[in-house]
Amino acid sequence: MTGRTASEKILGRASRCPDARAGAVVEASPDLVMSHENTFLVGKSFSSFGLAYPWDPSRIVIVLDHRTPANTATTASVHARIRALVREYGIEKFFDAGEGICHQILVEERLVRPGQLVLGTDSHTTTAGAVGAFATGIGATEMAGVWATGSLWLRVPKTIQIELSGRLPPGSYSKDVALDLTRRLGPSGADYRCLEFTGDATRSMTVSSRMVLTNMAMEAGAKAGMVEPDMVTTDWYKGHEANLDVVLSDGDANYEDRLKVDISGLPPMVSGPHKVEDAKGVDKVEGIRIDQAFIGTCTNGRLEDLIAAARILKGRKVHPGCRLIVAPASRKVLIEAIGKEAAQTIITAGGTILPPGCGPCLGSHEGVLGAGEVCISSSNRNFRGRMGSDEAEIYLASPATVAASAVEGKITDPRRLLV
Amino acid sequence: MSDQGRVWKFGDDVNTDLIISGKHLDNYDPAHLASHAMEGANKDFASGVRRGDIIIAGANFGCGSSREQAVMALKHGGVEAVIARSFARIFYRNAVNLGLTVAVSPSAADVFQDGDSVVLDLPGHRLVSSTDNRLADLEPVPAHVKMILDEGGLVPFIKKRLKERGVAVGTELVTRVR
Repeated sequence: MTGRTASEKILGRASRCPDARAGAVVEASPDLVMSHENTFLVGKSFSSFGLAYPWDPSRIVIVLDHRTPANTATTASVHARIRALVREYGIEKFFDAGEGICHQILVEERLVRPGQLVLGTDSHTTTAGAVGAFATGIGATEMAGVWATGSLWLRVPKTIQIELSGRLPPGSYSKDVALDLTRRLGPSGADYRCLEFTGDATRSMTVSSRMVLTNMAMEAGAKAGMVEPDMVTTDWYKGHEANLDVVLSDGDANYEDRLKVDISGLPPMVSGPHKVEDAKGVDKVEGIRIDQAFIGTCTNGRLEDLIAAARILKGRKVHPGCRLIVAPASRKVLIEAIGKEAAQTIITAGGTILPPGCGPCLGSHEGVLGAGEVCISSSNRNFRGRMGSDEAEIYLASPATVAASAVEGKITDPRRLLV
Repeated sequence: MSDQGRVWKFGDDVNTDLIISGKHLDNYDPAHLASHAMEGANKDFASGVRRGDIIIAGANFGCGSSREQAVMALKHGGVEAVIARSFARIFYRNAVNLGLTVAVSPSAADVFQDGDSVVLDLPGHRLVSSTDNRLADLEPVPAHVKMILDEGGLVPFIKKRLKERGVAVGTELVTRVR
């Protein structure tokens, strides 16, 4: 009998089937569930069950982040309905418009903890795996079912171990690793799988950098992305949580595959347009003229991202033919960026700072692209039409590459501006 | 056997932004969503789709966002079923939960073309041409998924289980595979 993966252990514990192995279908009870504006749909389906309250309001997190502040009258009424529902059901873990992005809030507020099973009505719920939780996305009606019954069916996934070794060269970041991995795996290369990140290069990353890897695991189709918990993880919870239930894969766990990647020579990467897996070294696309540069999102809107951008923007100006838009991932990130003068640098350089939230990532407001426009973005998706017009093009890159491109008005290798 | 429907063909990796763009998601009205269905992949789809039509796609259909509106847009537009080489997991679950038939077929995308008339034979696990002898096999739906589809989706499924209080919801779904 071989050992078990962390996914098998967490789902086994959550389903009271301690022997559950990859391939088993279990009825699992989540430790934490999260939804955003689509809580509207969750509530609508839930009300049809005729139950007075959800199974456990203390495990429910609701964050308004996708269209905040409200972009239309329809959104405003959706927000109002959700606030009413929060009061009615006594949901205390509610974060109203302006507090930040749901995935950021879960980790930043230490709502998610290692070893937990977390469900969210957003595909990038995988982000929470950065602290060693098993976190996966579901739809709104499914969440209504969880609110009603406290459980759902899940197939225990196979796990692909990704061992990152080496040290990133100057100008490259965990985003470049994530884009390169999406290229290697393809858009469905991790379908229904858990990606488990390990190796000395992973261990040397901050929680914020790790969140980029687990966030973008979704772009290879992964059901979950998990970083093996270590000292960085336990340090994250110092002063917040006394008893951590850290779950690790056994040494002889049965991995479906192991991928070893040495990141030492990785250049800054750019993906796109239209396909996340279409990632290449920045030299292949340098010089492409851009209209908009966007830094933010659940992928790269954290303090270290804003600082990396500010380092490049310091003493420079955004190119006159280009606009730079920055949306901090949370209120706390914004406050810290002000404290560290990253915000000042961004604004002085000609950037526009948006309220914390998803911003223009999903094309509903605050920087929508017109026909023929080109954007370079620190987000995770460049699908055609995502940020506005179907005739617009989106390239994905690290915050440093986006900032360098904003200065030059064209896609630019950040190493040129880091010397 | 379903009535005859027409085929709408799509390729690999049809993402949820193509099925229903994020810019249309602030309005949850199914008719509004259906009027923009598949806009990013085929601009004629929303106005041309008729009740009973069938989508045949390549691999990884529905990748991307968890937005359930992708299923709502197709279902309300009249789509009878989506047959694909493979599905992205959240889209697949959403379809089952909202009672939209989804089936995996390794060959349907090779066998059928845009505009073909087909009949969906779910009990027989196949999609057959209504004009000639072409057919494509469908993989059987897993038992725990079929239970939900048979009730018409997750809401009726759970309603029924809630009536049978005393039995923990869904425990009968659990199987263990070693």
